[in-house]
Amino acid sequence: MAKGMREIKSKIKSTQNTKQITKAMEMVAASKLRRAQNAALASRPYSDKLKEVVSSIATSGSSVSHPMLESRPVKRSAYLVITSDRGQAGGLNSNLLKKLVEKLKEKHKSQDEFSLFVIGRKGYDYLVRRKYEIRQEIIGAPDSPTFADIKSIASAAVGGFENGEYDELFVVYNRFVNAVTQIPTIKQMLPLDASQFDKQDSSLSAGYEYEPDAEAILDVLLPKYAETLVFSSLLENKASEFGARMTAMSSATKNATKMINELTLHYNRARQAAITQEITEIVGGANAIS
Amino acid sequence: MSTLRLEIVTPERIVYEQDVNMVIANGVSGQLGVLPNHVPMVTPLKIAPIRVKKGNSEELIAVHGGFMEVRKEKVVILAEAAEQGADIDLSRARQAKERAEQRLASKNEQYDHKRAELALQRALTRIQTSGQ
Repeated sequence: MAKGMREIKSKIKSTQNTKQITKAMEMVAASKLRRAQNAALASRPYSDKLKEVVSSIATSGSSVSHPMLESRPVKRSAYLVITSDRGQAGGLNSNLLKKLVEKLKEKHKSQDEFSLFVIGRKGYDYLVRRKYEIRQEIIGAPDSPTFADIKSIASAAVGGFENGEYDELFVVYNRFVNAVTQIPTIKQMLPLDASQFDKQDSSLSAGYEYEPDAEAILDVLLPKYAETLVFSSLLENKASEFGARMTAMSSATKNATKMINELTLHYNRARQAAITQEITEIVGGANAIS
Repeated sequence: MSTLRLEIVTPERIVYEQDVNMVIANGVSGQLGVLPNHVPMVTPLKIAPIRVKKGNSEELIAVHGGFMEVRKEKVVILAEAAEQGADIDLSRARQAKERAEQRLASKNEQYDHKRAELALQRALTRIQTSGQ
């Protein structure tokens, strides 16, 4: 019996260690989540402003057209997949990737019909293992990414659309709702949805002068805007990652606590049983002598 | 003296937000100075320092491309990167300048000339901004 007790005791000990780790990870994720949310908030003014300027050009009356605003018949598609580098975030990445693969299988007959851009090790490993060809990837983007970190992949993805390599570009990422809810999302990014630029607040209605002209500005501005969209999706995915990790780790901590309680109960029972047995043996022995 | 509000915004943060008297920027079609009550205007910018006049002092801010949106009382500059003089790592900028110059001089196919040129412009802008 004593041996069983020792086993239970070491099990309790190891569960306690695990609990400590998951607890620490939960707290780390919580603080990183706050930072990621702040970063997402800080990037808002830039994209809002860009959108404002695009809107004012688009609605300025002069008929401005730009290839990035026009949808053309779709022959090839591209997907920019944003995942995390590390796991331990529940079903965050696998749900997203499952959704992506489903869509790829449903929409395309062969691999020649789409290109993949990947940010994050999880997505890269998953897709490589399934023999998908990956155009470009970024692995190891820091927890608080800067625009420069993803500039190359964003401009490559946007550039491919511009020179007609593919006719639509989707961003695949986890939309952040709150710390417990993240929604795997496949969002069309290019061609840009022109209708989003229609709404315009009246304070802006003053006509701008354009140097050198409106179209030259759109040429520079729209690719920038698209790259910014990629960046904000990345920030949102980061927030989702930490949110999911926080939730996963908090439930792991809860499970560990429950397990420790159960094991402690077992341990006490075993201890009591051992004592009872010993007493019975002693009493038995004493009776035998008398 | 009347003032206008200057905001410099990058994807990561708001770099600069103050009331100033005059902004002198390098647009793609030439240098332009903006005073309060300017006609609303939008123009892309070159990679160059912009000069900001405030009272009697003058400041330089490195702006790496991007846009300027001018309204009557407000100028907004959107750039992928922007730095004030104090934030610039001068030795790093010098190294970047040398590297870019070498690459441009080498006429080697392995380097992307356009990229090296842009890098050189950025480095020069930084050096100019910090060396006031």
